[in-house]
Formats: sequence, C-alpha cells, structure tokens
Amino acid sequence: MSAVDLTGPAAHGRVYWVLADCWNVVRRGLTHYRRQPVNIAWQLGFPILSVLLYGYVFGSAMKVPGGGDYKDFLMPGMFVMTMAFGFVNTATLVVHDSTKGVIDRFRSMPMASSAVVAGRGVTDLLVACAELAIMMLTALAMGWRPEGGWGFLAAFGLLLWLRFALIWIGVWLGLLVPNPEAAGGLFAVAFPLTMISSTFVAPQLMPDWLGGVAAWNPISSTAAATRGLFGTPVGGGDSWVEQHALLMAGVWPLVLTAVFLPLAVRRFQRLSR
Amino acid sequence: MNDGYAVRAEALEKRYGEKRALDGFDLAVREGTVHGLLGPNGAGKTTAVRVLSTLVRPAGGRATVAGLDVARQPREVRARIGLTGQYAAVDEVLTGRQNLEMFGRLFHLGGRRARLRAAELLERFDLTDAADQGVGGYSGGMWRRLDLAASMVLAPAVLFLDEPTTGLDPRSRGEVWESVRDLVAGGTTVLLTTQYLEEADRLASRITVIDQGRAIADDTPDGLKSRVGGDRIEVVVADRADVPRVVKVVARVADGEPDADETELRVHAPVTDRVAALTDVARTLQDEGVRVEDIGLRRPSLDDVFLRLTGHRTDTAQTKEAAA
Repeated sequence: MSAVDLTGPAAHGRVYWVLADCWNVVRRGLTHYRRQPVNIAWQLGFPILSVLLYGYVFGSAMKVPGGGDYKDFLMPGMFVMTMAFGFVNTATLVVHDSTKGVIDRFRSMPMASSAVVAGRGVTDLLVACAELAIMMLTALAMGWRPEGGWGFLAAFGLLLWLRFALIWIGVWLGLLVPNPEAAGGLFAVAFPLTMISSTFVAPQLMPDWLGGVAAWNPISSTAAATRGLFGTPVGGGDSWVEQHALLMAGVWPLVLTAVFLPLAVRRFQRLSR
Repeated sequence: MNDGYAVRAEALEKRYGEKRALDGFDLAVREGTVHGLLGPNGAGKTTAVRVLSTLVRPAGGRATVAGLDVARQPREVRARIGLTGQYAAVDEVLTGRQNLEMFGRLFHLGGRRARLRAAELLERFDLTDAADQGVGGYSGGMWRRLDLAASMVLAPAVLFLDEPTTGLDPRSRGEVWESVRDLVAGGTTVLLTTQYLEEADRLASRITVIDQGRAIADDTPDGLKSRVGGDRIEVVVADRADVPRVVKVVARVADGEPDADETELRVHAPVTDRVAALTDVARTLQDEGVRVEDIGLRRPSLDDVFLRLTGHRTDTAQTKEAAA
C-alpha cells in the first residue's frame, strides 16, 4: 500500500490541467537537452559550420546583386535555414516517441492528449529561441552588424513564426514515417529545399526557371523580410513575391499551418483507429 | 455494477484492412486475479489490450474495465488502469526518478505527491540505487521493472501487461514475475498477454486462449493442461528391437497408453508424477541393459495447446518448419 494519498487529482479545472499537462511535456523535452546538451551542438553544428564556410571560404567569391556585404545577405539566410531544418528534428523526436511506445503510454493516461502534441511544439519553439540566440552571437562575432530595436525583434518573431508552421509538418511526418531512420532521411529532402531559395544565393543569379522556384520558396520570403528588418535589405529581387517579402513572410507560415496543423491533428487522432 | 469482474468484453470486433484482428472476442476477468491471455504472434492479443486500455476504438462489441465502458468513458477508464506494453514505454534519456516524477505529474498528483510516490515506487521495485542514472544504461529487467512502476503510479485497479517478459533473459523474467505477484497481493487485477504457456501457468489463475481474434478456450491452467495432455515422458532408443520393451517399462509409470514411433525409435506417454516417473524409467532401462539415446520430460508447449485446441499449429511453428 502507498503512504502517499493517491485518491483523486488536486482540485483544478479542465483548462488548468491542459496547460499543466502541456508544461510537463515541455519540461520533459527540456530535460532531454539538459541531460544531453550535445544534441543542441549537433543541431547547430551544420548551420554554424555553414556560416563559417560560406562566410570565410566562399564569402569573397560570393556576389550580392545590387551590391552590399555578403555577410548581411548570408546571416539572415542562415537563421532561416536553421529554422527550416527544425522540422526534421521535430519529426525525429515524434517518430521516436511513437515507435518506442511513449505516445501510447501518454494516451493511456488520464492526461489531455492534446498536450502531447502541444508540448512538443512549445518545446521546439523554446529550443528554436536558443538556437537563434547562438547563431546570432556567432554572426556578431564574425562581424555581422544588424540594426537593433523593434525591427530586430520583429525579425526574430518572423523566424519563430516560420518555425511554428514547420512544427506541424514535423509532427505530421513524424507520425507518418515508419521509424527514426526514415525521419533522418528527411534531411535529404530538407537540404535541397533550403538551398533552392534565397538563403545563400540571390535567385536572380540562378537560371531563370530555378530562380522563379527559389523566389517563391516560403523560406525565401522570411529570409528577405528579415534582411529588411535587420536594416540590411541587400540582394532583393524585382518579382512580385520578392517585392512583398514582408507580407509573404507572414502569409506563407499561415498557409503551411492551415494545411499541416489539421493533417497532423488528424494523423494523431487516427492513432486510435 | 461489475459483478465481481474487473474486465468484461463481449463480441469485440476490430479490423485492420483485410485482417480481422478481433473477430467476436469475449473475455471475463475476475477482480483480484491474474488472467492470462495466451496466443501466438498475430492472434489478436495486443489488439485486445489496446482496445481494453482505450488506445484504439473497437469497431463492434462492447467492453467494460472497472465497470466503465471503454468507448464511452475512456478518460475515467484511464484513471483506473495501468499499461505496460511490449515496448518498454519509458523515456530512455531521463533517469528512473525523472520518469516516475513526470508520470506522476501527468497523472495529476501535483509536484509534491509525484515526488513522494516516485521515491516509494523506486524503493518497491528495487530501483533506488539506479534511480538517478539515465534509463538508457538500465538492464532489460530494470527497464521492465521501471515500466511496471510507471504503470503503477496511481495504484490502478486493473493492470494490462502486454508480453512483459518477451526478450528478457531468464533472471530478468523471474524478477518481473516476482513484481507481478507482489502487485496482485496488493489487490490489483492483472491481464497478462503472453506467448509462453509456462508464464501463464506460473502467474495466472485462469487462461483464455486466443486464435484469429477469437477466444477458443477459457480455463484454469490445470484444466487447460489436462485437455492438452499434461507433461509427457519421452524415451529415444538406439535399437529398434528395444522399442517393445521400452513401451512396457514406460506403461508402468504412465497415465495412459504409451505411443511408440517405430521410425524415430521414440516412445512417449503422459505422466503426472514427473520426476518419480523419469527416475523409475531411467533406472529400469539401465538395469535391463537397454541402450538409451535420449530420455526426458516434455512440457506441453503453446504449439501443443494450439494443435489440440484448433487442430492447426501456430504460425510461428509453421514458419519454423517451412524454414527447416
């Protein structure tokens, strides 16, 4: 017999428990990083390496159409790429939990099942904040000089807004792919998708057809919009989508969320079929 | 309202594509007992547990757990059950203590009670020494004990154990068995799925045999074994001429007519007093100078149960034979 009184939960309303469950799932996610800090290093390894490679090795050979410092072009692109790769990370963590039975354990408990997915999302956003902070410090160390103030905060917000939209793609894919190895393979998809955009090279410098695709890539809009907000609007193009980068940086994640949030939720509900 | 039954299932149906995972499955588990659900891979054991633990909705039929309808009152059911799956569903990055505290908070105990309960469970499942190590470094048996502890956080009325010892070495298996016995002594009802007749025999007071999504037998372990024929003594000789003599010797200790297989030079017969029969036969054959290739006791396996109850072998046995 237990010496602890196990009769009934502490008396709170339903909303309280949804939030409390969500927070406890977030705590679990953050404890993972605390116990395995090397995971953050892995996640940041590629973007930081890319910053160094593109900044120092290719940097002098890279041109920005219309002139300007390549660093001002590259750094926001790198921030966007870090956010974009995040969906692979979300998918990997979700598929891990679902194949190991952790999600089933949660679902067999009297907790709010929405907290399983919401907790994942909040955790990933908090981690994204940490990633952005580390990336920005690296960029500053390399001589990147953005303008501070509200523009800077708005840029930070837009980057998180993109990451938020990608959480749902990550959750959906995580529940769709059969095993963690397959989720790792998503990098092979993520890599070209982030390259064919304005992260490293301005779309005008690409062949016409490819430049068009790159300009309409959702992450290009976020990259161009944040360049503007950081006070370094270099390398922008003339097409409609490039001229309206700020608008599209708001619209694209909204569209992605509208499509993939319901898909992810449906996939989660289908677990009980 | 639950008339002494902790779990009741009537005519449960569940299909996955073409396959009928549950096809009119019935089950009745008495309160405070261990009930074995025995069947080969793919018989529907796991699907039955997933329906009863509210993880999947049945397509037809009805089921109650602790007197509550699993389809209509899933949340209430979840507050009264524990589930330990084939995959040990604990977090392998966290420590044992962090796992149990997290589950306690998610069971809505609040921080303080969750901490106390975690410490209590770690002690009870003999995990105190490893409490603050990452679960990734646990042995198979410790891992499974932590999984059991996690499903016991609320001291549930009904505990579902889905193949709790699959893939464990004999020692870890013994540890898990020990823990299950302790839980039942504390009043928990356990539904245990297993592929091992021996495991069901050791732990369960009643066994339901499941095949192709249907309960094909429901009996006590003894009743089931007597239907299958119980333990058998088996003697293999070197010389065909010795077979009739061996039949005579075995007949003296056997419960029934010995079967003689002339081509395999094998004689076997059902026995009850197993060890005495074995000693007797071995000594007599030695005295008579019969050259014995092999002698031993054979317990009925799941395959024997299936062969007897259904007339067909388990799929795993068929595959093994096909491969051989």
